[in-house]
Amino acid sequence: MQLSNAVAVLGQFPVLAGADLTVHRGEIVLLQGPNGAGKTSLLRLFAGLLPLARGEGTVLGCDLRTNRESIRRRVGLLGHANGLYADLTVTENVRFWGATVGASSAEVDAAMVRMGLAQRLAKVPVGKLSAGQKRRTALACLVARRAELWLLDEPHAGLDATGRDELDATLREATAMGATIIVASHELERAGALATRLVEVVGGQIREKARSVGPLGAFGTTGETV
Amino acid sequence: MFRTARLVAAKDLRIELRSRVVTNQVLPFAAIVMVMFAFALNTDAVVERVAPGLVWLATLFSLLILVQRSFAIETADGATDAMRAAGVDPAGIFLGKALALAAELAVLEIVLLATAVVLYRQDLRASGVVLLVTTFLAATIGLALVGTLYGGLAAGVRGRETLLPLLLLPVVAPVLIGATRATEAALGTAGAVVADGWPWLGLLGVFVALFSVGGTLAFGPLIEE
Repeated sequence: MQLSNAVAVLGQFPVLAGADLTVHRGEIVLLQGPNGAGKTSLLRLFAGLLPLARGEGTVLGCDLRTNRESIRRRVGLLGHANGLYADLTVTENVRFWGATVGASSAEVDAAMVRMGLAQRLAKVPVGKLSAGQKRRTALACLVARRAELWLLDEPHAGLDATGRDELDATLREATAMGATIIVASHELERAGALATRLVEVVGGQIREKARSVGPLGAFGTTGETV
Repeated sequence: MFRTARLVAAKDLRIELRSRVVTNQVLPFAAIVMVMFAFALNTDAVVERVAPGLVWLATLFSLLILVQRSFAIETADGATDAMRAAGVDPAGIFLGKALALAAELAVLEIVLLATAVVLYRQDLRASGVVLLVTTFLAATIGLALVGTLYGGLAAGVRGRETLLPLLLLPVVAPVLIGATRATEAALGTAGAVVADGWPWLGLLGVFVALFSVGGTLAFGPLIEE
């Protein structure tokens, strides 16, 4: 993924103002910044949902200006909402989202197992799940969709300690299989332990803050680039 | 496109079977509307004369609820956004949602027609059955297509609950007129003959063709940011 002097506008308001960022395959990048800084807009730009008004950008080799449709099928975006249907069961939701990209039953089942949803929760309507269980179901949908780039907006929100550990394990597993992950989060301690890079978004611009050099989570807390 | 349409339609119908909004809320609403019309018009002769129009008016009112519901399930937890983000073919979404809506409307119309036959003393004549069935089919498909298109348009807008009727009702006026006239001809209301209904069915056919092509092409840009 590469952005060069990227400008994106929502209505009349520039949400990204000359952003530069390069992300390599297999990285887990943590986006930090205050509310309204442009983190969600950056994720939506990478997902092909927000048009690039100026500058250059490519995602998974596809041009953000001309080829946004091709990007979408290869990218999984989990925003503040989960994109689930309350009246359908967990299995039916995962199966539906998997089917949108032609995932087989085996792939759907594997996604359910990986997110710990294959047992007692499988036949429960999503409307009856806790916030954390819904989040896990939404992540299972991403796994079933075989996304190459995961764009996660506050993925730990609403998860209990076990759920957070499972999510982190899933994300590490996904990167080990070649996926790239960009996470927007206010929880530096939790998401920082997961990320290989820390990037700050302020006023629609991007600043490299830290890059881990050893085991995951080896960031300094001074904000210096390692 | 058709695979996506089948997937979306099956999903919508499964949700309806679980929630039973059509059977528990929309059908009773439509039945109440029909009874209220009878109370308001009072005179038997008038009621019998306007019964086909009342069936289609009750259908239009119910359509508004069904369309709101069809898109409420998408917007409640950001599923429309998720579908766009997943690159799901918008033409497939449009056709799938229209197909599910048509199935729900068909159930509703059967009940409304039965209500009209019982309450408003309408005669089902053998000579008018073909016209009646094709009219209901064409009008149902037309209403489902235009309802889905305008439902998608209003779904992302603030104040969508009040905006949808404002946008939708004027557009479906040709269906109301065509379906009412054709139904009158099929039922022989006020001396109408079956032959009078076929040109109106032609109007419904044009409407269906227009909105199936236009909706398939326009739905994607409509749900974009």
